[in-house]
Amino acid sequence: MATEVHVHGRIGQSIKRKEDGRFLRGKGNYLDDIELPGMLHMAILRSPHAHARIKSVDTAEASKMPGVLAVVTGELMAQHKLAWMPTLSYDTQAVLATDKVRFQGQEVAAVIAETRYQAEDARDAIVVDYDLLPAVTSPEQAKAQGAALIRDDKENQKDNHIYHWESGNQETTQAAFAKADKVIRLHTFYPRCHPAPLETCGCIADVNGATGKATIYMTSQAPHAIRTVFALVTGLPEQNIRVISPDIGGGFGNKVPVYPGYVVATAASLLIGRPVKWVEDRSENLISTGFARDFHMTGDLAVDKDGRMLALRVHLDSDNGAFFSDAQPSKFKAGLFHIVTGSYDIPTAHVTADGYYTNKAPGGVAYRCSFRVTEASYLIERLVTNAAIELGVDQAEFRKKNFIRKEQFPYHSATGWVYDSGDYHKAMDVALEQLGYDEMRKDVEARRKKGEVTGIGIASFTEVVGAGHGADFDILGLRMFDSAELRVHPTGKAILRMGTKSQGQGHETTFAQIVTEELGIPAADVAVEEGDTDTAPYGLGTYASRSTPVAGAATAMVSRKLRDKARKIAAHLLEAADEDLEWETGRFYVKGSPDKAKTIQEIAFAAYTNVPEGMEAGLEGVHYYDPPNMTYPFGTYAVVVDVDKGTGQVKVRRVVAVDDCGVRINPMIVEGQIHGGLAEGYGIAFMELITFDADGNCIGSNFTDYLLPTAVETPRFELGETTTPSPHHPLGAKGVGESPTVGSPAAYVNAVIDALAPYGVRNIDMPVTSDKVWAALRAAGVNE
Amino acid sequence: MKVSMIVNGSERSGDVEPRVLLVDFLRTNLRLTGTHIGCDTSSCGACTVLVDGEPVKSCTVLAVQAGGRGITTVEGLATAAGLSPIQAGFHEEHGLQCGFCTPGMMLVATSLLERNPNPTEEEIRWAISGNICRCTGYMNIVKAIQHAAAAGQASATAPREKAAAAAGGE
Repeated sequence: MATEVHVHGRIGQSIKRKEDGRFLRGKGNYLDDIELPGMLHMAILRSPHAHARIKSVDTAEASKMPGVLAVVTGELMAQHKLAWMPTLSYDTQAVLATDKVRFQGQEVAAVIAETRYQAEDARDAIVVDYDLLPAVTSPEQAKAQGAALIRDDKENQKDNHIYHWESGNQETTQAAFAKADKVIRLHTFYPRCHPAPLETCGCIADVNGATGKATIYMTSQAPHAIRTVFALVTGLPEQNIRVISPDIGGGFGNKVPVYPGYVVATAASLLIGRPVKWVEDRSENLISTGFARDFHMTGDLAVDKDGRMLALRVHLDSDNGAFFSDAQPSKFKAGLFHIVTGSYDIPTAHVTADGYYTNKAPGGVAYRCSFRVTEASYLIERLVTNAAIELGVDQAEFRKKNFIRKEQFPYHSATGWVYDSGDYHKAMDVALEQLGYDEMRKDVEARRKKGEVTGIGIASFTEVVGAGHGADFDILGLRMFDSAELRVHPTGKAILRMGTKSQGQGHETTFAQIVTEELGIPAADVAVEEGDTDTAPYGLGTYASRSTPVAGAATAMVSRKLRDKARKIAAHLLEAADEDLEWETGRFYVKGSPDKAKTIQEIAFAAYTNVPEGMEAGLEGVHYYDPPNMTYPFGTYAVVVDVDKGTGQVKVRRVVAVDDCGVRINPMIVEGQIHGGLAEGYGIAFMELITFDADGNCIGSNFTDYLLPTAVETPRFELGETTTPSPHHPLGAKGVGESPTVGSPAAYVNAVIDALAPYGVRNIDMPVTSDKVWAALRAAGVNE
Repeated sequence: MKVSMIVNGSERSGDVEPRVLLVDFLRTNLRLTGTHIGCDTSSCGACTVLVDGEPVKSCTVLAVQAGGRGITTVEGLATAAGLSPIQAGFHEEHGLQCGFCTPGMMLVATSLLERNPNPTEEEIRWAISGNICRCTGYMNIVKAIQHAAAAGQASATAPREKAAAAAGGE
């Protein structure tokens, strides 16, 4: 009886974004756009050295400079017990250094002045006397005999080792390796890179001396978690802390952690009684805030003579910088790296990881990735391609032979994951078809005969996103649920608030569409608001592709709660029994009498004007959603590259990306996310690098050194899709924003390795720059 | 020192130190915060404005150097009648995500279409190559500029009411 109802903005419709209007007019409200009455500005003095003892900090001259209200040192912070703060990984981190500096760019002192120009002038007048210490810049150096002890502030820390962590089964893995016909090894370094959102991090702390209320505007992807951390660190009562994340100019993980500048600005505002703004410049952002990767990985893949994968063994050394402040679920020291068996039915695996302190910036974050999944996906996909090369088999066929088959889902992996759903063969077939793989392979052979260097790279990634299940996933004990509160107003318009925070992902549109789907209220009539902890329900924030899997599910669930109440109101209005009503998007009607109906708007009005006896007025609710499992988006990416033998320059000719993220709520937004991740993946594969010289000087401290792809080098992307709904998500949706960054670096590099395989090359560490390719060709005796 | 310039068609003046950057004058003195700061090295283009119609990175120009010149910022693109064709193109083709690079991108694109109303994809990509976007992978930015070009507009300031209506709400 129900007919298809066309309500604008239902799931699957690529409606234009509701949030665009203000951004197009230059009326976005980013952190640095906010100006409060009496606001002061803070500038941070940072260490020029990677490792040095502080002998003295002389602020006398700086304090006398024009416009200066205060100079804050580590000593002053220590008097208030705020010189150190806890990290998200149960370590401690210096807020302002008191004893030593442990990385170049570490916060040493701060100046608060009337203008930013004045604050920076005075900062430059602070004189710090340092005694230099040897710098440790890699795990290899960190574990060497006689290495300088970085964390001498910690009583029981006798070396630079942070953690050892294991997953899988050592015994069965060893046994499987003993029976292997061939073992393929790949040692590769996934170098340090940086999310580098175009807007840097910052805050405005506004502590009201009269009321004791601290309002902190902050570029935060996780405002609620920040509020709780602030309450714990400062001792302020949590109801007196309000964190507001305004519009955010990109995050990609960089805006998850708590940075020292936030704490200092808040302390300064408390001290001075005026709002204090702190906004990083680009160099501060690149040298001191959440970096990504820096994993040294060795993988061994055991196969039998038929090309079946038998076992996987992986060891990694993680370079965590001076403080272990990775942003990740507390149970997992190396993030979710143990998803490293990827898309393959590998019977047994053993993963070991060791983390090390180095004299480098702390704060390992997942740059557009779900807690180190990118590193895992990169390793297995590189290893699988190398194995195919070593075995002399086609890399696509080799993958298909070893994929988890669709009838095996839910699939229990060797490292303990339960993959919810997948059809890897299908995604592979769609990608190969779209690329014209067989023809392309012939073309590659023909070109090689002519002396060209060209290759095809494939990566068939599996992501694990949407934390948690709360019992397994928490941050500092906060379970990783998320929330949605929905209020439908008397006129049938609504406001939806969530614990997440968009940084460009289009939440104001996507989440309105979920309400549209579930309640039939047009998307244009649903305001979506996030980021204000005084108004939004508690949630863990937006990162690790968790917004749609968790807060999106919460939105669907709260909408359904309201629909249940709406049914009762409709029954009252129609003088029918609840069970005699049928729902179709936007209205209830009496079974068999589709003309006897009440729209959701009529029901909303009645909720405030004419409810049945004994029913509470109003049409609003809140839902806290704790997902039963993660979602497992996947896909196959295929890349074609041409290499210039003379210069080593790699040109990406084709990129085909087939993604399966389950049900797509707004396909336009999903595709936009994929484009962005493929570009960032390109940057990671070929350009982006934070590295250090022997003294620990950061190379890559600005955009002339830390290279980001522009429109000229970024390839054109050809997208494809398959749809395997998540069986446990209320809408069948999975996360997607990070899939392309997780999947594409391996595809790009595999293409280069495929091109260079005839010359015996099996590895080039990222970023795959022309000089490295040229050197590899040179070493293989190729001259042109 | 006193500085005065025509900003989005109106004469604006202020008293600034000689070292004050144009971007800071626009953002702080004039409160035109649509012009953003993304780096300090003229690399990212978030601060791009038009000076006498030419795209300029306002983080690398002193306010006093812009004295007497005509400045267009993102706030000057739309008129009372609605969005400019470039703005409409960005909305229609999903050419923005976080929105931080968007003002600079749109101003560069406006200038491009003034000079070259029918650019090739290659010309578009080179034109915006001084502006970094971290969100879109540039695919839809290119389409947005093509959309504006295809709309057949020659004047980047003439609003199109239909597109304006489509992007009207927030």
